[in-house]
Amino acid sequence: MKTNQNSRRDFLATSLIAGAALAGCSNKNPFTTEEIPDVKASGEMVKLLSVDGEIIEVDKAFLKPVPTLPAVMNTEAREGITGKKFVMVIDLSRCKSVKKCQTACNHMHHIHPGQNWIKVYPIQEAEHTAPYWQPTTCMHCDEPPCVKVCPVDATFKRKDGIVLIDSDRCIGCRFCMAACPYSTRVFNWEQPLLEKEIAEKPYSCETSVPQKKGTVGKCDFCPDMVRQGNLPHCVSACPNGVFMFGDILEDTVTNGAETFRFSELIRDKAGYRLMEDLGTKPSVYYLPPVNRNFPFENKEDAADPKKG
Amino acid sequence: MDKLTESKIIEDLFPQKFGKIGQIWVLSLLLLCALGAFAYGRQLYYGLEVTAMRDYVSWGIYISNFVFFVAISLVGSLITAVLRLTNVKWSTPLTRIAEIIAVSAITFASLIIIVDMGRPERFYNLFLHGRLQSPIIWDVIVITTYFFISLLLLYFPLLPDLKILIGFKERNGKWLQKLYVFLGSFWNNSLAQFKITDKAINILAIAIIPVAFSIHTVTSWLFATTYRPGWDSTNFGAYFISGAFLVGAGGVVVAMYIFRIHYKLEKYITNDHFDRMGKVLVMLALLYLYFNVNEFLVPAFKMKKSEEEHLLGLFTGEFAPIFWFAIFTAMFIPIFILLFKKGRRPLPAFIAGVLVVVGSWFKRFLIVTPTLLHPFLPMHDVPASYHHYIPTWEEWAIAIGSLAGALLVITFFARIFPIIPIHETILETESNENK
Repeated sequence: MKTNQNSRRDFLATSLIAGAALAGCSNKNPFTTEEIPDVKASGEMVKLLSVDGEIIEVDKAFLKPVPTLPAVMNTEAREGITGKKFVMVIDLSRCKSVKKCQTACNHMHHIHPGQNWIKVYPIQEAEHTAPYWQPTTCMHCDEPPCVKVCPVDATFKRKDGIVLIDSDRCIGCRFCMAACPYSTRVFNWEQPLLEKEIAEKPYSCETSVPQKKGTVGKCDFCPDMVRQGNLPHCVSACPNGVFMFGDILEDTVTNGAETFRFSELIRDKAGYRLMEDLGTKPSVYYLPPVNRNFPFENKEDAADPKKG
Repeated sequence: MDKLTESKIIEDLFPQKFGKIGQIWVLSLLLLCALGAFAYGRQLYYGLEVTAMRDYVSWGIYISNFVFFVAISLVGSLITAVLRLTNVKWSTPLTRIAEIIAVSAITFASLIIIVDMGRPERFYNLFLHGRLQSPIIWDVIVITTYFFISLLLLYFPLLPDLKILIGFKERNGKWLQKLYVFLGSFWNNSLAQFKITDKAINILAIAIIPVAFSIHTVTSWLFATTYRPGWDSTNFGAYFISGAFLVGAGGVVVAMYIFRIHYKLEKYITNDHFDRMGKVLVMLALLYLYFNVNEFLVPAFKMKKSEEEHLLGLFTGEFAPIFWFAIFTAMFIPIFILLFKKGRRPLPAFIAGVLVVVGSWFKRFLIVTPTLLHPFLPMHDVPASYHHYIPTWEEWAIAIGSLAGALLVITFFARIFPIIPIHETILETESNENK
């Protein structure tokens, strides 16, 4: 009887590890048991929730800490999160180009030095109109021109509205860069400068890490953070609460400190999207730079906010 | 003028060994190719970093070169198919020249597009994960089709000539004889075989016209399916096709002249051929000019804000020298030369052809790069080097190497096979005498 139980526990533990390994798309064969042959039961039991929703007990000795691995498989990352439709609102009246968003984004995605996924543009539409700062992320368009032209389905649109890139599939033709009217995409012209530990990770579409030589990268709306119930890095990094992120189906957006009803915010502040005339239907909305918190001071290139 | 007998024609048109000039020519082309290969080796090792392309100018002279190759390859269909189907007899000595230009150019178009890829080793993804909605996949499909039709259009008319070549066993040497036998030993000059190839060539000649239009229209759509000022044009397909016929015909005139001088083919590629090709070239240059007027003057009349910077950059700004150089060398000057009868003699026609080809190359550069320097949102938050595009030596070496490679293919072809169809020339001489 005892042996029977043991083998059941063995089986459970193995399948747990196998499950974890599978979920992490590790290169190791998940169906092998050879990693735990000489583990002795310690007698200390731990309660766990099985995949079927049952509470099970497993000997602590059979548990193994799983290294931080991408949370979902590539196939699932391509699907997206069911029942969600993500949206971002950028309040231009709050931006003074502190660029904490950019720094956080570059840091968390390990972007090659000199490149940025988030850009903060000094915009002046015409000679006598007011200049303002305009941060841009990927617009995660509902009619994404980049996805339309990709020959190998390396960049794709998910059901939750996010547009991502599979850097393991991208052939580096750069058609998507030519197609994107928002100039949001960057290319890894050389081997990205990465720590060894990061470079050796398996690529995940949801973290967009690690960037790979000869492939395209861009803002990904941080779906890995969203999956954990956190906000994208730019949103939480901004000291002025410029970025608000949320779910259009729940009709809420938040910058962490404040939460708004999306529809009311857009209605009351006359929100708009960039280049609406192109028909790309972006998921990023802008609130006009009125009643601004800060005056516009362009220290970085006082020379030319040439074009609007 | 001496009478052209069958043996004289064979003697004149038989493929010749490289002379001193030929050897120097081949050697220099090989050196250029080797330099290009070396540069490509560096690019494979270091990544596309070795080029001057960056996030804004993400397509550079590789893509212009690709468009140029696709353009010049269209001539195969013009000379072989269009003139054949319209029963134009004078083009017979030019068909093979046009076809080999087509085959070699389309081959190098495919190669240069692979050179442009960031991950060339993932080329197979196009077949594994290809999505029919991407214009790149359309290009892959039509270019492959065009390559094979062109190859067949080169091969079928070659069969009777191979039969003649096989007859000169000692002269050919071991290797060439083996090649000729491999390619054409089944041909026995029977009526049935002629009937079948005639039919096949007719079918191919009809099939190649829509395919030829497709390759360059689809290539134009790589640009026209985007929103960018300078590319977002409904004129693009026709503009590209007319430009392609122009540069292709220019290329044929250049090749005609060089083959005529080098192989002393004055009796076969006559002054009359230059006169007629000169007229074709004028017509095509005027046609291309017409589409250029549409392409530039209509948006310039409106000067939409997004187009303004791009157009002014071409007319009077950063790219004005290249723009006007291209317009004058590819169109105005050749039109001026070739409108006059004296201008359609071999040498001036040759010069006009060279101008067309050179001008057209720069025209392709202007189609690709300036647009990318004028994105909708201003260039910002990038290193200063991203604001300009001056190709690096690696890019030039690879681009020139690919051009040299295409010339090398044509050169070797002319060394191995008769560049003017022997059999058809004999037939036509006979039928002229019987008249």
